[in-house]
Amino acid sequence: MNPVSYLYLSALLFTIGGVGVLLRRNAIVVFMCVELMLNACNLAFVTFSRMHGNLDGQVFAFFTMVVAAAEVVVGLAIIVSVYRARHSASVDDASLLKL
Amino acid sequence: MENLIGLLVLVPLAGAGALLCGGRRLDRGGPWLGTLAAAVSFALGVVLFADMLGKGGEERTLDVTVFQWVPVGSFRADVGFHLDQLSMTFVLLITGVGSLIHLYSIGYMAHDERRRRFFGYLNLFLAAMLLLVLADNYLLLYVGWEGVGLASYLLIGFWQHKPSAATAAKKAFLVNRVGDMGMSIAIMLMFTTFGTFAFGPVLTAADRAGEGRLTAIALLLLLAACGKSAQVPLQSWLGDAMEGPTPVSALIHAATMVTAGVYLVTRSGAVFEGAPDAQTAVVTVGAVTLLFGAIVGCAKDDIKKALAGSTMSQIGYMILAAGLGPVGYVFAIMHLVTHGFFKAGLFLGAGSVMHGMNDEVDMRRYGGLRKYMPVTFVTFGLGYLAIIGFPGLSGFFSKDKIIEAAFAKGGTEGWILGGAALLGAAITAYYMTRVMIMTFFGEERWRPAPSPDEPSAEPAAGDRAGGMPHPHESPRTMTIPMIVLALGSVFAGGLFSVNDAFLKWLEPVTGHEEGNSPLGALTVTAATMAVLVLGVALAWAQYGRRPVPATAPPGSALTRAARRDLLQDDFNHVVLVRGGEHLTRSLVYLDHKLVDGVVNGTAASVGGLSGRMRRLQNGYVRSYAVSMFGGAAVLIAATLLMRAV
Repeated sequence: MNPVSYLYLSALLFTIGGVGVLLRRNAIVVFMCVELMLNACNLAFVTFSRMHGNLDGQVFAFFTMVVAAAEVVVGLAIIVSVYRARHSASVDDASLLKL
Repeated sequence: MENLIGLLVLVPLAGAGALLCGGRRLDRGGPWLGTLAAAVSFALGVVLFADMLGKGGEERTLDVTVFQWVPVGSFRADVGFHLDQLSMTFVLLITGVGSLIHLYSIGYMAHDERRRRFFGYLNLFLAAMLLLVLADNYLLLYVGWEGVGLASYLLIGFWQHKPSAATAAKKAFLVNRVGDMGMSIAIMLMFTTFGTFAFGPVLTAADRAGEGRLTAIALLLLLAACGKSAQVPLQSWLGDAMEGPTPVSALIHAATMVTAGVYLVTRSGAVFEGAPDAQTAVVTVGAVTLLFGAIVGCAKDDIKKALAGSTMSQIGYMILAAGLGPVGYVFAIMHLVTHGFFKAGLFLGAGSVMHGMNDEVDMRRYGGLRKYMPVTFVTFGLGYLAIIGFPGLSGFFSKDKIIEAAFAKGGTEGWILGGAALLGAAITAYYMTRVMIMTFFGEERWRPAPSPDEPSAEPAAGDRAGGMPHPHESPRTMTIPMIVLALGSVFAGGLFSVNDAFLKWLEPVTGHEEGNSPLGALTVTAATMAVLVLGVALAWAQYGRRPVPATAPPGSALTRAARRDLLQDDFNHVVLVRGGEHLTRSLVYLDHKLVDGVVNGTAASVGGLSGRMRRLQNGYVRSYAVSMFGGAAVLIAATLLMRAV
């Protein structure tokens, strides 16, 4: 199977994630879309690793996973505390930081 | 001898200090102390004069450096004195006439409560004037120059409770400041041109400096001289300065202050000779002023103001002579000295008349006073004959020479200047005869003293009872100075002219060359005599033959203008005051509209812009995310584009 197909898949997933981040209001969904974008990137990394025949991409994918795990911890904590404070998980409700 | 020069200035200065700081203890003896200081100064002057006469013509100059005043790098300003024949003449005139005026003031100011202070100011005036004529550099001269301005301010405004006196003092001070500004800029220019402002180096190096520079310096010096000597266009303060006590007017007009300008022009002769354009300006100023003052003098009914116009006119003669160069310097100074005698005498006489007439100054309310004040009449009369140039008296010798020198200028210019001087002589004869007739001859036109709510011109002198005046002769302290000055008015000119004594005395300092007048000396004298007779006859026809109306007739347009000092104040008001107002108003307008507009506009546009840009921060996370995506897309596109190129 042609590895380029994986790149198309990666781009498709990234676009779905990006659109989700921009369009959805629910913080949890936005968060999941961010994860989807990260994983789309991971897929691209791995594909490029395979195409170029070295392991750099795979190493990067692991880094991304670690960072994503840390980000999930912090991000979920923020979302939970925002929900507790404002009884809403909508990102548009948290719009106090403006003039 | 060297130490005496410093003392000459120091004695009146110490007198001023003692009188002004001494407090009430000196109230009784103050006037005599002040007079003593002036007299001691005069005695020192006489000693120095005797010493000077013992030496040859060229060795008579004494130079003393007292101390270094401002030594900064290459800039050196010393306090030093330079006594030569020119300054000696002034020293004797200032201290001599000054002492007589001090003596006169003892009687005149006898009833003034603040007379101690008055004498302190008089002494300060003498000290400043002596410093002015004795300084050996322009900077020290400037100190004396300003000192004279200060002392004149204090004295003109001596009766400061009268608003008119306070205003006159301020006016004199301000007009003088305009001239002083010229002086200070001239000194700065001198320093940049010559690297020094001592008389010696500046005057010897003057011919090596460029003519443009010299003209600038000379014109600024002329401006300074115009301010102090009340020449057109800075003449307006002199008439108002009559608000001061009469001895002050005598001092300002005869011995000090107004002579400073003539001194400056004569002393800086080398500068003016290197700048013919400036010399033309000087003679123009002189000629215009001598006519201006004379015309004003004709129309005034106030005896002091008539004499003030006369002073302006006579100083105009001196400035004219000084502007003629070496032909005229000696005669300018000679006329200055003789004028010092007769004008001081005339003013003291006027003061004596006012003293006897309840301080009335309007000549239309005088008349027939010769019977009541014989001494004043005779001394005033001799001063009168001297000023109109009656043959044999002082004014004849000095004025005649100036008219001759004016004609000797040559060409059209010579005829114009000579004609102006001749016309001035005619007008002088006219207005002085008018003063004489209105005051001492004719019927008695006395009026009761002005009502008490209208404060009288000079408080607390002589007969204060009100009602009809009782003219009486003044006390001896007042008549003696008048007699001495009358003697000077009669004989000084003759003494100076014997063997050209004055000419030989001053020649080593100022230089002299004989002018060759297109008219012979005798013709000029004959012409002067003719206009003299004409002026006297005209005045007699107008005021002697007919009774003098008690209220001034409306008169012609020229008379009305002359009564208002030839519209000098109106001119100043319209051109300078209004002009200044318009200038400041337009500047304020510009400031508000242009300068503030730029600043406010910048602020407003920055504020407006930020107001718009603030909308970008709407608090919605997703819109931030869009901009981040957009930004990232732009960055990537740019990177790809760069790589493709």
